[in-house]
Amino acid sequence: MSEHVINLKSSVKKRSQLKAIFHKFKKNKLAMFGFVILVILIIIVSTAGLYLDYEADVETQDMKAMFLGPSWDHPFGTDQFGRDMFARIIYGGRISLFVGLFTISIALTLGSLIGATAGYYGGKIDNIIMRIMDVFLAIPATIIAIAIVASLGTGLINILIALSISRTPQFARVVRSAILSVKEQDFIEAARACGTKDRRIILRHIIPNAIGPIIVQATLSMATTILVVAGLSFIGLGIQPPTPEWGTMLADGKSQMRYYPYLVVVPGIAIVLAVLSLNLIGDGLRDALDPRLKN
Amino acid sequence: MSEKLLEIKDLHVVYETDEATVYAVNGLDLVVNKGETLGLVGETGAGKTTTALSIMKLLPDRIGLIKNGRIQFEEHDITKLSEADMRLVRGNSMSMIFQDPMTSLNPVLTIGYQIYEVLELHNNKMSKAQISAKVDEILKLVGLPPERKNEYPHQFSGGMKQRVVIAIALACEPKLLLADEPTTALDVTIQAQVLELMKGLKDKFNMAMILITHDLGVVAQTCDKVAIMYAGEIIELGSVKDIFESADHHPYTVGLFGSIPDMTKKTRRLNPIEGLMPDPTNLPKGCVFHARCPKCMEICKTKKPQSVTKNDHMIRCHLFKYA
Amino acid sequence: MFKYISKRLLMMIPVLIGVAFIIFTIMDFTPGDPARLILGEYAAQEDIDALREEMGLNENFFVRFGTYVKGAVTGDFGKSYRNNLPVSNEVGSRLPTTLKLTFLGMTLAVFIGIPIGVLSAVKQYTIIDNVTLIAALLLTSIPGFWLGLMMILFFSLRLDLLPATGIDSMKHFIMPSITLAAGTMATLIRMTRSTMLEVIRQDYIRTAKAKGGNEKRIIFIHALRNALLPVITLVGVNFGILLGGAVVIEAVFAIPGLGTLMIGAVRAKDTPVLIATVTCIALIGGLITLIVDILYIFIDPRIKSQYVKGSR
Repeated sequence: MSEHVINLKSSVKKRSQLKAIFHKFKKNKLAMFGFVILVILIIIVSTAGLYLDYEADVETQDMKAMFLGPSWDHPFGTDQFGRDMFARIIYGGRISLFVGLFTISIALTLGSLIGATAGYYGGKIDNIIMRIMDVFLAIPATIIAIAIVASLGTGLINILIALSISRTPQFARVVRSAILSVKEQDFIEAARACGTKDRRIILRHIIPNAIGPIIVQATLSMATTILVVAGLSFIGLGIQPPTPEWGTMLADGKSQMRYYPYLVVVPGIAIVLAVLSLNLIGDGLRDALDPRLKN
Repeated sequence: MSEKLLEIKDLHVVYETDEATVYAVNGLDLVVNKGETLGLVGETGAGKTTTALSIMKLLPDRIGLIKNGRIQFEEHDITKLSEADMRLVRGNSMSMIFQDPMTSLNPVLTIGYQIYEVLELHNNKMSKAQISAKVDEILKLVGLPPERKNEYPHQFSGGMKQRVVIAIALACEPKLLLADEPTTALDVTIQAQVLELMKGLKDKFNMAMILITHDLGVVAQTCDKVAIMYAGEIIELGSVKDIFESADHHPYTVGLFGSIPDMTKKTRRLNPIEGLMPDPTNLPKGCVFHARCPKCMEICKTKKPQSVTKNDHMIRCHLFKYA
Repeated sequence: MFKYISKRLLMMIPVLIGVAFIIFTIMDFTPGDPARLILGEYAAQEDIDALREEMGLNENFFVRFGTYVKGAVTGDFGKSYRNNLPVSNEVGSRLPTTLKLTFLGMTLAVFIGIPIGVLSAVKQYTIIDNVTLIAALLLTSIPGFWLGLMMILFFSLRLDLLPATGIDSMKHFIMPSITLAAGTMATLIRMTRSTMLEVIRQDYIRTAKAKGGNEKRIIFIHALRNALLPVITLVGVNFGILLGGAVVIEAVFAIPGLGTLMIGAVRAKDTPVLIATVTCIALIGGLITLIVDILYIFIDPRIKSQYVKGSR
């Protein structure tokens, strides 16, 4: 009889695996802190249209209102063109989060396809694909992005292309190794023995089981992407002014920072908050997914 | 003649994690005399390893705690010994062999150094050359060529690695050796060799040994006394003769013997014990074995049995009531 | 051993050609005519055609790539479109600065990051550990170039302690190398801590404790070397990331290195300089990874014996 009890217990355990991961994540104070920050950021940024007017607040220059320090009307002050820093930070956040999310979606999709193909088929295909990925990985992601931007020109779409391409190899690698670790397990053999098609095995059996490390990588990678976008914009190869972007704002403020330090302090803090929240979430997820870390 | 070396009284050990408290050892009493070999037998999870780790004071940091009891080793109560004092005991007058030789040796240090180290730690007066000579001597003793002392663990087979582990444990000629399933991870043919080696060395150094195992065959070959453990308690204790030949047994012991094939008798099938060990985070009332016991009575479900001893043969079961 | 090194060196060649090929391909998408770029808006069409012919721009893509690789092997990376000087000269004169910056950054990251990581693991569950972890997380999330700006703001503009730009003395390298090191340092702290914690749980650490060794011995003789193995690999990989980071950091501190050269080349559509700088960075990254891998052999006896015996 007690054997039945045990069996019942283990099946309950499996069903609530996601719940257990969520529970562990919830208990991690730092991760929850990051999660809350990110949610707040997303809410502020996505509802910006309700309380800000893009043209009036972000684009219109007002030479009479240059370099106003922080005040009630301008919580973060105004920049060298008299534009409200607060509004520009918010709209800058839109771009950063959008670029991060979009890039990761594309890179994740492409990388998963490439990595899954390599990992699942193995042998020569794996070898060829991974050697090509190795070549990409030999070039720092920032540098690939710079080269692509140099060739295609700056601008939002080109940045998206550049970053997506430069991020893809990492995902290919993570997905491939995740798949290799799942592939050898018995239930895949069983599915194959039942005559399940390759595509179905990959989509139905392998990906769901390999998803953990992929999500972690995606979160952490999004954090890095936001850093890279800001960096590219800062050196003038990313989003171009007058579009508000955190890196661009830093570059703009740099020449005046001796007298108006808030011009470089505020956008920097915005970047740190966004990146930190993602890193905290990614770390929390990794810990929650790691069965070895029980405590 | 039989002088007490180790005496454990009412030992309680728990593992405390965020989720639950595991009651691993619950009121264990044990005596090991000098030069004696005690077999500690039981299923996985019965608390055998925990007992050994408690004696070594090597329970996992912050999680494993000795809640109650006394462990008298020679003149010390180990539970009260400071970490610094305990370090002088470990590896010196008391040492331990772990289950898996594959992972018990440090992969980046030569086996020679790993033996050298324990000698160096406990022999301040010996010179380096003397210690080196001793390392060679010990290697020969466990049947390894001393020339190989500059090699690394990965260059040895499992059986040879266990010989190295034994060499480390015996280097300082301890008075008590704790061997935690020393042969389980080895091939059957190697198992016999290693056991033979341990038996020989034990006699040579006149050590006492606690041999943890679930292999009754090994017990019959090597031990003087046997303790059967179940759910953190010793439920039967006696000489090898008592355990293997006496008519009176704890039902669990009977079950254990029923689980091994006997070549001399004609039986159609084995009689394994039904069910599983109780959940150590939530132990049952009464006798810990009652849920699986074929001879379970009403009293077993409510009242914990006292130990009953006849001629040094102890059984903890309501079935037995010697005055 | 020699066999291993030469094998690894040989394996680098296709990677390098691949890198050059990728960059060459990307740059081939650049709109505009290099010949016109060199001769200027108002040059005559015949002159442009003649230059195109001379530069081999009318050949097909693979022929041009072949010619490029052939030249590159002999150290000829073509001439800059901007000033018609050999690219190799310019890259050669900028390279030492970037290398110096990167090595300084890595040295800082390794010699501060690893000890802190070990300390943090040893003091697990204490305030030291918690503070280190949060500091490391914060450091991972701070963009290097912003940290640089903040340091300039504080140490140069406020306190006037350190120079904000230039490379004239070691003092000039203090802020850039700290800025560059910060992210990698954080990564190393976290990695060292987690591998250390992993190793401390191993059976051989329990064996060492059972011998009666004290905590210091357990950590330094038994745990550290095992824990450092994966960290060392990470150092190799991070070298490439540091080189990429140097591009941006050089811009912050106006350091005349490969990074500023590259940014200038992008702005001026100076393809030969761009290809050469990128390939150069990939080459150095690859070499460092190789050196680190060789170092690894000396620390991990399992790998060492594999190659010394020549079994592979």
